[in-house]
Formats: sequence, structure tokens, C-alpha cells
Amino acid sequence: MTTTDTHEHHGHAHGSDEPHIPTDRYFINVALVLALVTALETSTYWWPDGMQTVATVALIIMMTIKFFMIILVFMHLKFDNRLFSLLFYMGLFLAILVYCITLASFRFFF
Amino acid sequence: MADTAVHAGHESGHHVTTTGLSNNKLAMWLFLGSECLLFGGLISTYMLYRGRTGDGPGPNQLFDIPLTSISSFVLLMSSLTMVLAVNSAKRKDDANTKLWLVATALLGSLFVGAQVYEFTAFYQEGIGFTTSLFSSSFFTLTGFHGVHVSIGVLMLLALAAMITRNRVAGDKAEAVELVGLYWHFVDVVWVVIFTLVYLIPA
Amino acid sequence: MALTSPAPSRSLGAFRRPVEATGWKSWVFTVDHKRIGIMYGAVALFFFLVGGTEALLIRLQLAAPDNTVLGAGLYNEMFTMHATTMVFLFVMPLAAAFANYLLPLQIGARDVAFPRLNALSFWIFLFGGIFINTSWFLGGAADGGWFMYSPNSSGLFSPSHGVDFWVLGLQIVGIASLLSSINLIVTVLNMRAPGMKLMRMPVFTWMVLVVQFLLLFALPVITVALFLLSFQRNFGASFFDVDKGADPLLWQHLFWIFGHPEVYIIILPSFGIISEVLPTFSRKPLFGYKFVVFSGATIGFVGWGVWAHHMFASGMGPVSVAAFSVATMLIAIPTGVKICNWTLTMWGGKLWFTSAMLFAIGMIVLFTIGGLSGVTHAVATADTQQTDTYHIVAHFHYVIVGGAVMGLFAGFYYWWPKIFGKALNERLGKWNFWLMFIGINFTFGPMHVLGMQGQPRRMVVWPDKLTGEGYFDLAFWNEVATWGAFTIATGVSVFLWNVWYTHRKAEVAPLDPWDARTLEWMTASPPKAHNFDAIPNVHALDELFHRKYEEVDTDKGVRLKKTSTAEEVLAAEEARGDAHIHLPSPSYWPIVLAFGLPIIAYGIIFNLIMAFVGAAIVLLGAFGWVLEPSVAEPGDYESPSDDHHMKELDPVG
Repeated sequence: MTTTDTHEHHGHAHGSDEPHIPTDRYFINVALVLALVTALETSTYWWPDGMQTVATVALIIMMTIKFFMIILVFMHLKFDNRLFSLLFYMGLFLAILVYCITLASFRFFF
Repeated sequence: MADTAVHAGHESGHHVTTTGLSNNKLAMWLFLGSECLLFGGLISTYMLYRGRTGDGPGPNQLFDIPLTSISSFVLLMSSLTMVLAVNSAKRKDDANTKLWLVATALLGSLFVGAQVYEFTAFYQEGIGFTTSLFSSSFFTLTGFHGVHVSIGVLMLLALAAMITRNRVAGDKAEAVELVGLYWHFVDVVWVVIFTLVYLIPA
Repeated sequence: MALTSPAPSRSLGAFRRPVEATGWKSWVFTVDHKRIGIMYGAVALFFFLVGGTEALLIRLQLAAPDNTVLGAGLYNEMFTMHATTMVFLFVMPLAAAFANYLLPLQIGARDVAFPRLNALSFWIFLFGGIFINTSWFLGGAADGGWFMYSPNSSGLFSPSHGVDFWVLGLQIVGIASLLSSINLIVTVLNMRAPGMKLMRMPVFTWMVLVVQFLLLFALPVITVALFLLSFQRNFGASFFDVDKGADPLLWQHLFWIFGHPEVYIIILPSFGIISEVLPTFSRKPLFGYKFVVFSGATIGFVGWGVWAHHMFASGMGPVSVAAFSVATMLIAIPTGVKICNWTLTMWGGKLWFTSAMLFAIGMIVLFTIGGLSGVTHAVATADTQQTDTYHIVAHFHYVIVGGAVMGLFAGFYYWWPKIFGKALNERLGKWNFWLMFIGINFTFGPMHVLGMQGQPRRMVVWPDKLTGEGYFDLAFWNEVATWGAFTIATGVSVFLWNVWYTHRKAEVAPLDPWDARTLEWMTASPPKAHNFDAIPNVHALDELFHRKYEEVDTDKGVRLKKTSTAEEVLAAEEARGDAHIHLPSPSYWPIVLAFGLPIIAYGIIFNLIMAFVGAAIVLLGAFGWVLEPSVAEPGDYESPSDDHHMKELDPVG
């Protein structure tokens, strides 16, 4: 059950199913990065009107980065058993699939 | 106790399940996977209807981006305090676990408070639940999210109280982790809503 | 709030756990998956009779031209509630009954992963089902058709509370299915006996697993749709109101994103059942076990990409229609694979035509007919002609009654001796089978013709002047269909009589009456409360078969020879039984918590104060649940479940 990861951790000697969870310091650093990305996101509000398309693309990218940082690090998917990831990604994938198709059939995207 | 069925979710139970994983945690992840489709539906409804403002104001005139940015930041930081609570619980440090749980609940309440303020402000600007398709779908989406946050706050406080009174059945660290998973998920949904609803211009 | 109030002390009587092992309390507070399974089955059969009565009334109304058995309004309520009852309150819960009872036994577990949650699912389902049906007495039932398209669902076209009952009732029943899907998935993943690898699981367990994933991901979609509709009806929103600029197709999309996986939710358990019955009575292993499993999973997955084939006539545009048309044709492939596998399982086998086997074969035949007419609907041009005619009604009744219901009846005859210790009477069983088989063909066969002649669905009368001649005679075919419906009803009555007769008269059945192959037959009949004295060690697919039969060298080559009986296998297992087995204690809280839900729903319809009372009951139940001591071990602690009710409920309340 152990996931091989190279992160700093204090040893969990017992139980092979215990994932190695990083220290508080690591999480604080991740939170700082997240805060920085949020600040960047907010800044797009003041970008000039001509940059709307760029802003939209940048926002989607930043949203994706934040999304995966939270689920991988804060929710431990990166350190935990892969089965948890599988179950969650199934739902996420189906949601994106069916709702994008639905919105596409309403000519939402183009 | 000789059998797997009854051990589920108990500390020693990890080792008797087939996969070696906790039943409770599997159940929580399944539930969160299911929630993706719930919020996906609400977000899609909003995306479809965000331009249908009728005679009322639209999202671009209405949203107060600086305020929402601050409340988004608050919710994001509550994820940090939550993860600190989970780590404290893993160290069996009850005092810090409770501290961070309550801190998370406070940040969550602050977020809900900001949302209530925002809704009130919108209402005073003439945007009610039934004003337009845009307003109905906006209030439904953010309302559902707000209810999820509120339930999360309730669970955080209940868990802190139960730790105080030593009433947590089973694995305490796991209970904190489960509430944590729920809390982070609610945060992650807001990450999506903040971008798709507030920041990307309609 | 409750959270800051002091936690109740353990000495408070209400927080003890009930201990009764007999009497009504042992059923009401039970967390035993077998008792819950039986209760699911009994309630589902009750709703089968309700839905069946509604069907007979519909057929009576349509038996003659310009008939007046039912008025138009009542007729609309009747077909809406017939479909709703049959889908949500009969087929789904009956499959849940089999799943609950058999799944832990088939994987060698003593119970499901979350026994209390299981009880909660049952009570929520029961109260939800009763709630929907009380609408008959409180101003009229829902009348918008089971897929409740806009604008039929709006207050303008459906001013009674019927649709509100329908929306809230399905919301409640949906919670039950969602909880039970999480429960059963975790059970399969985590509670398997040593050696029970995924690819050694019986096909029924596999199909149930696929179904639970479909439920898990499809239910939230209908939840969203139902919330939007109830906000429109109760709080003045306009999500599906064209006048306000809404897109009514949104409802159709959301409904069918759920509704198409729902079709597979209905049929796959039946696929699983006959995949157990056919090998047993063909005395051969299932042909291509892996193909059956993987095609089942493929059906489950591809089933997510075909929903809009229900909407070919809605004007979605040519690209959508073409894409969904192709996807729909694709899904016929894994279904065809299964039909081939079942047929080849029987090929060369020593067939034993018991009632269960007859129902299984009948299921293949009828399902194939329904599947063939179904795949023709994938051709959008043809479908545009057939949409909303009786041709469609013929198709899905062949699939649901001929496929799902026949399969479930095969399950009754196959597993009855396991569940109750007595086998259903075979002679009555054959009457039951032939009456239903003939009845189904006479009811739904003529509907193909009626549909091709253009008789529309959901129309309360067909006028005399449209009656054609000969082959095109609407009157003749409608009359045949009505007689067919009563033939099915006779078949079902024979079944009920059989149940009564068996329990009054029949001898105790042998331990292994069918020479079965899977783990559930490796324990007493009916099984003890703890299922297995010793958790079995599994070495192969069809474990019990391999314990009974060995390969023996004879002068004609290697042959399979029965070297031990099920009794001997069981005796060996019991000899190594665990000395101390603890089972989860019964609990008061599932029924309390579930009881709050319909009260919330009544409150939303009639008086919001009542909704708050209901929400308080739910909250009380949730806290009682969490704080309840676990008598045996603290192993019952189920945090996710609690999160779950609150999340699902509070938006309503």
C-alpha cells in the first residue's frame, strides 16, 4: 500500500498502509503558492479589455493548477493509495464529459 | 472479534479489509466523486443561463470582485488550517487538533458571512432569486455551495466538541481526516466557481 | 446549536442499542443485511402489485375505442405513477433486495461494510415510496409522464401537488439508492473473503458492482434536475419556463444523463442473476466469464455516452443526433456479447429445465427481441417516426418486463430455498413462467403494430374512426394487449399463491438443491445471522463447485467427478468455525433518521414549519447515530454517512 514519494516526512514505521504525509511546513509552503496564484487570478480583473481571451485561458490554467494542488496535496491523493484517486477521478471525468457534451449541444462553446 | 465486517473503520480494522484501506475513507471518496456530478450539473446550469439576465443587471455589473477575492482567500486558508488539524490529529495532539478545527470553522463561518453579505447586497440592488434565469441559477449554485460550507462548519465544531468529550468512536485521526476531505472538496469546488462564475467575463 | 450542547451521557436510555433478536423490534431495528434484503423484497413486491394494478387500469381504458374507464386526468396520473412505481419502487428495490441479501454471501462476508447505513437506506426507500403514493389521497398524483418534461411539469399544466410529491419523493428514494451504492461498493472492494479476487467474484456480484457505480454517478444528476424543478414549482424560479427565456431541453438533458444509466441500472442485476442461473442448470461453467464481466462494465461505461438518443425528436441539431446515434449502436456490441455467452453456456450442457432456468431462457429470448427493436431506434431517421408511439412502449417493456423482471423472477426461484429454506413449488413455477411469458408477448407484441400504425403513447383514448381493418385493426390489437396484461397478472397471482403454498405446505429443501457453484450455497439455508461459521478461503471462481467436484482419470480420459456433497463441504467449514463472532448491534437511529425525510417533504408542500420539524428529526437522528455506543466494538462508526444525510437534506429543509 505504500506510495513511493520523495517528500520529507517523519517516518511512519508501523503499518504499510499508512501514507507518508509531509510536515506542516510543506503544507504552509503549498498554501503560500496557492495564495499567490489566487492573487494572480484576481489581478486579471484589472487587465485591459483587449486581453480578455488571454485572461480566460490564463484563468482556466490557474484554476486547474489550484484544483490539482488541493486534491493532490491537501487531500493526500498524491501520497495515498491509488484506489482513492481512481474512485474520485471516475466521478470527475464523467462530470466533465457529460456536462461538456451537454453544453456543447447548446452551442455554448462555439 | 473475529471478523472483518464488524471491524470496519476501527483502528485495527485497516489490516483486515481486503484492500487494506479504511472503509470510511473509501466511502468518503466515493461520495466526493458523486458530488462532482452534483456541482457539475449546477455549474453547467449557471453557465447556460448566465447571459439570460432579462431586464435585471448581469454578472459583469453585479459582482464585487475584490470582496469575493478576499472571501475566496479566506476559504483557501481554511484548507491550510484544516490540513494542520489533520496533521495534529495524526500526531495524536488533541489540543492542536481542536485549535485548528475551530480555526477552520471560524474561517468557514467568515466565508459564509461574506456570502450572506453579498446576497443581501445583490438583493438590495434589485436581484432576487426569481428576477432572471441568471439570478436563479447563480443563487442556486452559490447557495448549494454555501450550504455545503455550513454543514462543514457544523461537522468541524461537532467533531471538536466530540474530541473534547472523548466521544469519537473509532479512529480519531481518521475522523478528522474524513471531515478534512469533505472540507477540502468544498474548497476545491469554490476554486472552480470563483474562476468560472466570478472571474471569467460573461 | 446541538453541537455545543453537552454530549449525552451513556446512561441515557435512548442511547443504548436495541438487542432484541426476535419479534417486530428485531426487524425494525435490524442491521442484518439478510433481514434488510427480505424487507426490501417484500416492499418491492407490494409496490409491484400497486404498479401492476395501475397497468391493468391503463389497459382496461385502452381496451375499447373512446373508452371511459378512466378520465383523461386520472389516466395521466395512472401512467405517470405506473412508470414511477415500477422503475423506482419495484425493479430497483427488488434488485437491491437480491444485492443486499446475496452480495455479502457471494463474497464471503458477514455483513455489508456499513450495516446501519444499509438499514437507513431501506427505511428511507420505504418512507419515500409511501410518501410518493400518498399523493393519490392528497389532491392527486403526478401527471406529467415519468420523465416529466417541461412544460408538463410546470404549475400551469400540472397545478395539483402531484408533481411536488413526485419530485420530493424521488429525491428521498434517491438518497436511499445513493447511500446503498456507496455501501455496496465499499463492501465489494473491502469485505471479500481471503482469496476472493475481483476476477473470482460471481457475475451477479460483478453486475451489482457496476450498477452501484452507475447509481453513484447518475443519481446526483437527477438530484440537480429535481432541485431545479422544485425551485421552479415552489420558489418561483423559471429554469424550464420558455416564456422566461429558459431552455426546456436542459431538463431533458439532465433527466436522460441520469435516465440512460438508469436503464442499465434496471437491467444489469438481471443479467447477473441469469449468469448465475444458466451455468448451474446447464451444469457447465459460464462461457467466457471474463467477457461477461468486461462487457457488463463496458455497458456501464458506454451507457454514459448515449443519453440523447431519447431526444432525437427534440431538435438538438444534426451533429448531436449523429454522434449519439453512433454511440447507441456501439452499445449493442457488449450486449450482443453477453447474449452469445449465455447461449454458448447452454450449448452442449446437460440442461435442467427448472422454473428458474425457464425464466432465465425466457429472459434471453424476450430481452433479445427488445434489444433488437431498441437498436433500430438508434437510427435517428427511423426513430423520429417512432418516437412517442406505442412502438417505443413495446420496446422498453420487452426490455424491462421481458428482460429485468423475468431475470428477477429467475432469481426468486433460484434463491428461494437459500433464503427461506424451502423451494418454491416447481409445478406452480412452470405455470407462473408460461403465463407470464405468453402474457408478455401478447401484451407487448401487439404494441409494435399499434405503434407502427401511429397510436401515440400517453393518449387516453383512441377513436373508433381510426380503427383500421385486418392487420391494421387497432381495436383487435388493443384488445389482445389487454388480455395479455391480464394473463401476466394471472401469472403473478400464481407466483403469490406459490409463495403462500410453499410456506404452508412445502418440505424443507435440501442444502444444495440445484448443485450450485458459488459461495452463498456453502452455508446453511437460511444462513445463520453471521452467514459463515468460518470465513471461507477462496481458491477459484465457482469455489463451491471446485470443492464438490474433482478431476478424476478414467479410461475415457479426465472426467469431473462429484467427490463430496455440499453437506460435507459445509460440515468441514463448520468444524473450523470461529469461536467468537461478534455482529454489529441493531440500532434505533436508521428508522428515526429516515422518518424525518418525508416530514420535511410534506412540510415543503404544505407548511414550512413542518419541514423544520422534519429537519430537527433528521438532525437528532444524525447526532444520535454518531453518539450511539457500539455494543460490541466501536467498529460501526460511520462518519461519511452522517456527512451525507446532512448534505442531502439541509438544502431541502
